[in-house]
Amino acid sequence: MNALPVLLEAQGVAKHFGGVKALRDVSLTIRKGEIYGLIGPNGAGKTTFFNCMTGLYVPDGGGFLFDGLPLKADAPHQAAERGIARTFQNIRLFGNMSALENVMVGRHVRTHAGVFGAVLRDRRTRDEEAAIARRAEELLHYVGIEDRADDLAKNLSYGDQRRLEIARALATEPKLLCLDEPAAGMNGTETEELRVLIEGIRKDGTTILLIEHDVKLVMGLCDRVAVLDYGALIIEDVPAVVQHDPRVIEAYIGVAA
Amino acid sequence: MDILLQQIINGLVQGAIYAMVALGYTMVYGIMGLINFAHGEVVMIGTLVAITVITLLVGAGVPPAMAGACGVVAAAAVCMIIGWSLERVAYRPLRNAQRLAPLITAIGCSIVLQNVAMMVWGRNYMTFPPLIAKTQFEIAGASFTSVQVLILLVASVSMGGLLFLVYRTKLGMAMRATAQNPAVAGLMGVNANRVISSAFVVGSALGAVAGVMVGTYYEIAHYQMGFMLGLKAFTAAVLGGIGNLAGAMAGGLLLGLIEALGAGYIGDLTGGFLGSHYQDIFAFAVLIVVLMFRPSGLFGEKTGDRA
Amino acid sequence: MSKWLNLRSGLGLALVAAVLIALPFVAGMGGQAWVRILNFAILYAFLALGLNIVVGFAGLLDLGYIAFYAVGAYTWALLASPHFGIHLPFWAILPIGAVLACVAGATLGAPTLKLRGDYLAIVTLGFGEIVRIFMNNLNAPINITNGAQGITMIDPVVVGQFKFSATSTIFGMTVTGPQKYYFLLVLLALFVILVNFRLQHSRIGRAWQAIREDEIAAKAIGINTRNVKLLAFAMGASFGGIAGGIFAAMQGFVSPESFSLIESIMILAMVVLGGMGHIPGVILGAVLLTVLPEALRYAVVPAQKALFGEVLADPESLRMLIFGLALILVMRFRPAGLWPSPERRRELAEKAR
Repeated sequence: MNALPVLLEAQGVAKHFGGVKALRDVSLTIRKGEIYGLIGPNGAGKTTFFNCMTGLYVPDGGGFLFDGLPLKADAPHQAAERGIARTFQNIRLFGNMSALENVMVGRHVRTHAGVFGAVLRDRRTRDEEAAIARRAEELLHYVGIEDRADDLAKNLSYGDQRRLEIARALATEPKLLCLDEPAAGMNGTETEELRVLIEGIRKDGTTILLIEHDVKLVMGLCDRVAVLDYGALIIEDVPAVVQHDPRVIEAYIGVAA
Repeated sequence: MDILLQQIINGLVQGAIYAMVALGYTMVYGIMGLINFAHGEVVMIGTLVAITVITLLVGAGVPPAMAGACGVVAAAAVCMIIGWSLERVAYRPLRNAQRLAPLITAIGCSIVLQNVAMMVWGRNYMTFPPLIAKTQFEIAGASFTSVQVLILLVASVSMGGLLFLVYRTKLGMAMRATAQNPAVAGLMGVNANRVISSAFVVGSALGAVAGVMVGTYYEIAHYQMGFMLGLKAFTAAVLGGIGNLAGAMAGGLLLGLIEALGAGYIGDLTGGFLGSHYQDIFAFAVLIVVLMFRPSGLFGEKTGDRA
Repeated sequence: MSKWLNLRSGLGLALVAAVLIALPFVAGMGGQAWVRILNFAILYAFLALGLNIVVGFAGLLDLGYIAFYAVGAYTWALLASPHFGIHLPFWAILPIGAVLACVAGATLGAPTLKLRGDYLAIVTLGFGEIVRIFMNNLNAPINITNGAQGITMIDPVVVGQFKFSATSTIFGMTVTGPQKYYFLLVLLALFVILVNFRLQHSRIGRAWQAIREDEIAAKAIGINTRNVKLLAFAMGASFGGIAGGIFAAMQGFVSPESFSLIESIMILAMVVLGGMGHIPGVILGAVLLTVLPEALRYAVVPAQKALFGEVLADPESLRMLIFGLALILVMRFRPAGLWPSPERRRELAEKAR
């Protein structure tokens, strides 16, 4: 595993809200092609870490190296451009756009047509538009909701909304796909389907960072796992080691084992 | 620096009036997120009602101070009824509509109120009868009148009363709760409709008092006076951070001061290029600059992006 | 494409074209005043569709739109009138006006577009007032705008020897000045309709809708929200600038009075009342809000005489009163506008369930 090149490196990332230290000096390394799990009890700082990485928050200390170059803070659209895509814990779709349109918007960052192209509707713009639609259809098919393409996103079932959000993220052609609790609220069958989907995405060449509460899912799926507690990284290792680490057990159960 | 002191006094008085009107905007906005564009017209109607009542009573031989008190009460009563009806008839049915619908309704209400006022009071300027003897005082080369003192006094008392209402009574607690989170407040047994109605009623009462102040201060009134006054007061509310009571007061005073000082010094500042008729620009220029650096106003809460 | 080729829509299109061509001559029978009203209806439709890009598509509440219209109008007035003695041709001024308005839009938008909706509204409103105050006062110490008196004797649109202000005979038909402007305005309106329509279903249009729906999610998938918003703002401003130029030429006179806040509010009302984001709705809103007050102007006096035998209420304020009530009633019973897009209607139906 260690032979794989590094994709993302967090270097001493710190973030505080008023007096609350949400992240303290978090450093971790995600390698190309792995499924990397980030777990921790509620309020441990997982989503804050995500938000810092994707540019929604500006870290108070430290920073990120992505693909060998530093990530600019406070520029979410640039993070996406560099190849980081994400989903949200509390699904954020464009509710009044169709499923297909949601994925088509995801192509924004990889396409170019501007106002003049749109108004003149020249050959290049038409071709690009057709390619956008085609790719969006493929992605809907890929996540298995192609028959819901024309439904408004807000009318999809919960599981389908999760899938649509993943399809939209994939439309940006990410090198690193960050999933924020994708299995939350799913039943057993849905979670299993999700596991298959995530493994498929990895197999097709996208590195995955997974924040998850479902410890069973994380341990079964991830190559390596990091554990956050009170904003600090307590361990980063393969699941088998993490599972039996007393600090992790303490963090979750709250008493020394 | 007598001119400096003079402009500060004038600015404070004007600012107190802005603050009183701004409170009406900010209360409604804080609780239901609506810009009640018609509030300026409510103030205007308050002024005109007061003129009618006071002129009648003074004509009947009632002492001016007494007539003035009656005028304030009558204006407040009329404005409270208008404020209540506006909410009940125009805004309440739109509470779940798209964001811009209530704004257009508010504009409609504003047009209606203005033209009703014109039909009732005509399109001519009306003189506001003097309520107290206008004595002139002088401090360090700057002069001020008893009217100005009275305005500052009444404004302080009214605003103090409002703060008491909001922070020391049950209704005030319900208001603050609804402003924080209407759904949770509702679960706790707060009647949102009642709270919203009271915000309109209280805001309109303050507006009526402000209307009488404007009348006594400028001694003149007109059916179109509500528009600019409302606009400035709304600017003051945003400047302070809309939805925030202390912000509206501070924003009002600040705006009054900026305008007065701006008008007094703009000629010197620009080497005579711009004159005092650019006074109205200050309000908006300062607003734009402040919002560029503090997007939620001076005292507004920072509403960061939440993912 | 086949949709456009089938017979029914072909006939419909021909019918619309025939009505559009006949309209100014029919209106002309009632006097040129009606043609002028018609022209204003189209000019406002043009403005409303420009604002629709900003408010309807990108979801940015702009209460100072008229400022850009003013920039365009004064650009024309200063570059084609005896005021400075400059008389540039229309093909030079119109783009200059559009570019200046665009620059004004970008200058205002760049620092302020990060503001939340209502804050942006008041900032744009303030900007509109600032522009108007400058127009009103820039007559001293150097006379630039001629202050409150405004600028008169502005050149009409002239193409070669063809003057839009004068009556002439074309193919044996008498065509008046206002009727000529009518056709120019219809052309411009068709252009802005095309722009609106094509933008809506484009990469940029989708990005605007995404921002309107959820700005954070839009950022997260790589949309540079600031630039895309600025684009909408600047585009809307350019259209305002073009409309302003035509307005100045058509009227031959501009003064700050034409650019007050109430005008901005009116244009916004057209967009919202018609059906925000829905192109036919916006056009309907513009036509109604232009024609209704004018029609009322002619109707209130005879109506009062017929009902009460005398004129009880001042006609001017009665007509505005009815107008205000109409705004309130439409929003009360059709909060999504008179003619909302099918999607919006569906949203509302779902909400009501």
